[in-house]
Amino acid sequence: MSTNNTPHADHEVDSYTGVSTTGHSWDGIKELNNPLPRWWLWTFYITIVWAVGYCFAYPSIPLINGATTGFLGWHSRSAVVQSLTDLQKSRGALMQKLASTPLDQIEQQPELLAFARAAGAAAFANNCAPCHGAGGQGSPGYPNLNANRWLWGGKLDQIYQTILHGARSGDPKGHQGSMPDFGKAGILTPPQIEQVANYVRSLSGLKTEAGADLGAGAKIFADNCAPCHGKDAKGNIKIGSANLTTKVWLYGSSLKTIEAGVTNGHGGVMPYWGGRLDNTTIKALAVFVHTLGGGQ
Amino acid sequence: MQQSVTKKITTGELIGFVLLAAFAVFATFVSAKAWTPAYAFQTSIMAWTAAVCAFLVIRNYYNRPAQLPPREIDGKPNYYMSPVRFLTVASIVWGLIGMTVGLYIALELAYPHLNFVQYVNFGRLRPSHTNSVIFGFGGNILIGTSFYVVQRTSRARLAGYLAPWFVAIGYNLFLVLAISGYPLGITASKEYAEPEWYQKLLLTVVWVTYLVVFVGTLMRRAEPHIYVANWFYLSFILTIAVLHLFNSPTVPISLFSSKSYIVWSGVQDAMFEWWYGHNAVAFFLTVPFLAMMYYFVPKRANRPIYSYRLSIVHFWALIFIYIWAGPHHLIYTALPDWVQTLGMVFSIVLWMPSWGGMINGLMTLSGAWDKLRTDPVLRMMVVALAFYGMATFEGPVMAIKEVNALTHYTDWVIGHVHSGSLGWVAYISFGAIYCMVPWLWNRRELYSLKLVNWHFWISTMGIVLYISSMWVAGIMEGLMWRSYNKLGFLQYSFVDTVQAVHPLYVLRALGGAMFLTGVLIMVYNLWMTITVDELSLTQAGRPGAPALVPAE
Repeated sequence: MSTNNTPHADHEVDSYTGVSTTGHSWDGIKELNNPLPRWWLWTFYITIVWAVGYCFAYPSIPLINGATTGFLGWHSRSAVVQSLTDLQKSRGALMQKLASTPLDQIEQQPELLAFARAAGAAAFANNCAPCHGAGGQGSPGYPNLNANRWLWGGKLDQIYQTILHGARSGDPKGHQGSMPDFGKAGILTPPQIEQVANYVRSLSGLKTEAGADLGAGAKIFADNCAPCHGKDAKGNIKIGSANLTTKVWLYGSSLKTIEAGVTNGHGGVMPYWGGRLDNTTIKALAVFVHTLGGGQ
Repeated sequence: MQQSVTKKITTGELIGFVLLAAFAVFATFVSAKAWTPAYAFQTSIMAWTAAVCAFLVIRNYYNRPAQLPPREIDGKPNYYMSPVRFLTVASIVWGLIGMTVGLYIALELAYPHLNFVQYVNFGRLRPSHTNSVIFGFGGNILIGTSFYVVQRTSRARLAGYLAPWFVAIGYNLFLVLAISGYPLGITASKEYAEPEWYQKLLLTVVWVTYLVVFVGTLMRRAEPHIYVANWFYLSFILTIAVLHLFNSPTVPISLFSSKSYIVWSGVQDAMFEWWYGHNAVAFFLTVPFLAMMYYFVPKRANRPIYSYRLSIVHFWALIFIYIWAGPHHLIYTALPDWVQTLGMVFSIVLWMPSWGGMINGLMTLSGAWDKLRTDPVLRMMVVALAFYGMATFEGPVMAIKEVNALTHYTDWVIGHVHSGSLGWVAYISFGAIYCMVPWLWNRRELYSLKLVNWHFWISTMGIVLYISSMWVAGIMEGLMWRSYNKLGFLQYSFVDTVQAVHPLYVLRALGGAMFLTGVLIMVYNLWMTITVDELSLTQAGRPGAPALVPAE
């Protein structure tokens, strides 16, 4: 093998470039004896020098206990802590004020309220919007937060509790009640469920099926549903039972949907956010939801 | 003298038949006792394939002449090209499947309602797409061209009689099992290593056979030196074997279940996975495609390789450095800082060794640049080298910690992968296929260079649309995720970014559709090349004898 590109006496010279070949041919393919391109070689050397330098500057070589730390002293975990600290600083004095002000006094201070709403809006968009919608408008199974209808109470501290502990969330302090499956459990028969569903629709003035026996439906309601939803069907925020006399429906108002609910029950989960979000953020979220349009 | 006419069954035929028949019985037994219908289905595919292959071995024995094909006829090598033809067709079929699925999942991202049943959910179809295009389209053409190139540049017939066919069929059985398994929910859920334990075992057996066939052929070579393309192919075969073994030590929960668990856990598992994953990019999607380049570019341009020395230096630099770059997939994770640093610096040092291949390919055209005007096949391979150069510059840049903080988890990564896979891997493969199909089927030339031109322009515009939409989407996502308002709270939610990238997802799907259209044009062109009679070589050519393809 030749190590320079001067033509060999015994090697063929490429007529176009004037460079000698290596003297081999594989299925007609030959190779020229060109040197390494200078710029290529030097760029390669420079990247190697840079790499060695970078390894001195940053953690790089594993030792028996840990690794070299590098002369810049950079460490990914302390870098995260530093940037979180910087973030807190950028939020200024209002952040400390929000943390130290009791929940019920935030809304009286306009500047703090605006700040809490901004904090709450950011937290809402990233944590709550996937279920409750970007504007808190809800969707089937996920409550509308603007309608001033509250399963677990619409006062500021009630909203705070619901966010903190959730509902049927696995948190023992969370709300626990759920709607039983009257049909699957064999407590009510399909015709009875149809009757009571018609009755429930009549409570909010919706149309009922022709020939539906509303009297029988009322009787079934009184025996089975009233204990939770109340004799007046207005619900109970202590156990999270819905008010059935309004036009706001969590799962939908069609006869089919109501029948399915009575048959299979309901038990949607609101996660607990205590321990996942810090207390200041939860306070801000409670204020944001409370002032969204439906707070009491 | 008498011995030459008595037909005797070879040891290979006998062992092949016995093992295949035994395996068919065994797989039937497993299938009958399988815990899930999906696993029963998969094991019955294995049983049927083994049974059919056992039958074919015996049928071939009765139909073949008494003597196996000779290594040489009249002092010239008697090349073994039928497995290459099979692998070439298989590559194109998997390419069509994989790119169609790719288009569908691109549309799913833009229009989520297309996820209407669990079998076509994005999460299940995505590995089907990646595996079909990488291992199906890419893998088949790699094995196919390696069998072609190693024979022609060694002037030796492929080693083995049944073994090359075992590699071809076994590899495609592996693909059928793996790719049909994902929609059914069978997956090891490690990116690019999704096949489950029994599929991985099959691949191991196939791959070892592949190594033996390849090395066996090299050892028979009539050339004094091993051609550079074969170094690249051999390092591909060896390294993929090592990577596969280290990322696959899984323990099945039962012989009758498809599920298994890997012995590594936590960050060790993550490190093994990305050491494997990155080197799949290196030793599956780069090194062997450079091998393809080293044969088909000089062949098509009819020019010598630019620099022998560069090929040696960049080869060794590439394979020594590439293997360390994997941790750049895990920057800012639980991986220790020192490993992240090493992953990053090795990625930077890798830049020039990667470009060595591009330079050697492009400079090989000196003296033949005029052919780019007239030969769209050569143009495709040159554009492949340009995309290769671009992607191997973009990669090191994205591995820099500060850049990675912006690009990681965004669509920029998807764009980067596709500029490499569509621009480089697919284009160099198309070039090789366009060269090789007329040679393999004894045709004078391609049916139509005009159609190659159409293929080239439609798919090039498709690639540009794809990668530029993903650049914009990725940078936008990265900037939106890190943007704070003046009170110090996040400016945008994740949902906002999903809405913002929607139009770019539509554009990306359009780019993918154009790329697929180009492939359909290629399939038509190749079909006509193989079937139109006027293109047949009139002179009595041996199977695989190359026709000189005029450059216009």
